[in-house]
Amino acid sequence: MAERTQRQRHDERDDDEVAPSPASGERTSLTSSDELDDLLDEIDEVLEHNAEEFVRSYVQKGGQ
Amino acid sequence: MAIAKVCGLETEYGIMVVGAENNPVAASGLLINAYMDRIGRSTGFDASEEHPEFDARQIHEPSVLHLDPDPDLDLLPVNTMLVNGSRYYVDHAHPELSTPEVRSAFEAVRWDRAGEEILRRSMDAARSMLPPGAEIIVHKNNSDGKGNSYGCHENYLIARDIPFGRVVSGVMAHFVSRQVMCGAGKVGCEQPGAAYDSVAFQISQRADFFEEEVGLETTVRRPIVNTRDEPHCDAERFRRLHVIAGDANMSETATFMKVATTAMVLAAIEDGAASAIPVLAHPVRAIRTISHDPSLRSTVELIDGTMVTALDLQWQIFEVADAWFREHGGDAVGPGVAELALTQWQSLLDGLGANREVVADRVDWVAKERLITAYAERHGLGPTAPRLRAIDLQYHDLRPGRCLADRVGLQRMTTDDDVAAAVHDPPESTRAYFRGRCLEKFADDVIAANWDSIVLDTGSDPLRRISMPEPLRGTADLVANVIDASSTAAELVQRLGS
Repeated sequence: MAERTQRQRHDERDDDEVAPSPASGERTSLTSSDELDDLLDEIDEVLEHNAEEFVRSYVQKGGQ
Repeated sequence: MAIAKVCGLETEYGIMVVGAENNPVAASGLLINAYMDRIGRSTGFDASEEHPEFDARQIHEPSVLHLDPDPDLDLLPVNTMLVNGSRYYVDHAHPELSTPEVRSAFEAVRWDRAGEEILRRSMDAARSMLPPGAEIIVHKNNSDGKGNSYGCHENYLIARDIPFGRVVSGVMAHFVSRQVMCGAGKVGCEQPGAAYDSVAFQISQRADFFEEEVGLETTVRRPIVNTRDEPHCDAERFRRLHVIAGDANMSETATFMKVATTAMVLAAIEDGAASAIPVLAHPVRAIRTISHDPSLRSTVELIDGTMVTALDLQWQIFEVADAWFREHGGDAVGPGVAELALTQWQSLLDGLGANREVVADRVDWVAKERLITAYAERHGLGPTAPRLRAIDLQYHDLRPGRCLADRVGLQRMTTDDDVAAAVHDPPESTRAYFRGRCLEKFADDVIAANWDSIVLDTGSDPLRRISMPEPLRGTADLVANVIDASSTAAELVQRLGS
């Protein structure tokens, strides 16, 4: 629930920033923010289920 | 005049076994053997002429350095040349893939991607050799977040007659500051002696691991400019500059820019056009200061006492490359490379200096930082929280469906078809063409292959070694007809007149 509220607030803030940034000739910030939100919606399904354990067990030997 | 910037990338991949014993050396060997089994080939690599201890400063002291810290690590030599001209092998405790030598940054991107695809196919092939449910996971990254690093190295052909000191002073500021375009981003800090959470997010995966300005080491006390002098070609005429101060990139634009801008700086040095490149007072401190500040506002000191930002440095180096291109043309770095790289360079520096979001489709660290910041905000997570570290790791995960870099909207410079073809085809622009075609067409007769020679069994004693001391001989233009017309290795040798 708390996440949802935060998300909406995020969206509203983005709505105020529809104008493309002057430095960007390629895409507007709204489009990329929408894409980012979509990714955030699905990321938990893609992320390793036990992130803490996964991160802890990720140990490499030093290389070059 | 600058010589052709023949170049290549060598990537050590992170490796982990889940669901079975996690022995990285054995897993790396299994991964490569599984791939070779699947494609039905095996060809020995001839390492008898490898000399990683030769130093460009001409201080050859092989007894002093590079003893492997753990001799047991090299017990399982797996080492092979592939039909696309790459070398695929176990280095220390990592699978490593070196792209074939290529003539331009465009080709470097394409064969680097082909390398990723080979690792992906290897993971798939290895699954059938592991217990049910177990898998080998490969990451294209440079650190485990616990102080262990492994490299993505670049190699560039440079003229032997340029004093090495001039090369060092010319490239140093670029190696320190190019991370603003080419850094892959990292949660936390691994600098020796610093607390992990003393930096929430930094620009480069590798910056924490550099402790010297110049040196021969690659595994400890790593130097920003590496002096390994092992040209794998005619040593009278050439050096191979072995660059260890870069991150492995998921963004194709970042790989392109890393190679293209470095090739241009080196060409400018050879043409005597690089004297305006700024000289840093403390390069090691500077590479970390820049990496640790994603706001890009931190300044570093030049030898004249001036304080400059990373973007200031990059703009000055851009001006040098731009002036070099206008005076000398871009032939040395390959067709169309300088034109695109200069345009992109300007666009990236403009974007990084203004609204950074516009470069999130090309710059890895910006794409990763944006994702991590938004995720932390949504879930109320503190800096360096485990889930943020997992996102960092998984940005580089090569498993289809798991790789987050695939999902953040990075621009492509290749197509999937280009990459799939480059898994099999060697580049046409260098001697890698001859190597790859021989391995493909005369597989049974190739006894050994390495970067600058190939040993063929022509059916009669003795074996024939074909030397390739010139990286731009053996191209498709020069040898395609001869290879096409030969149906056996013996015929090939006869036609080559050797």
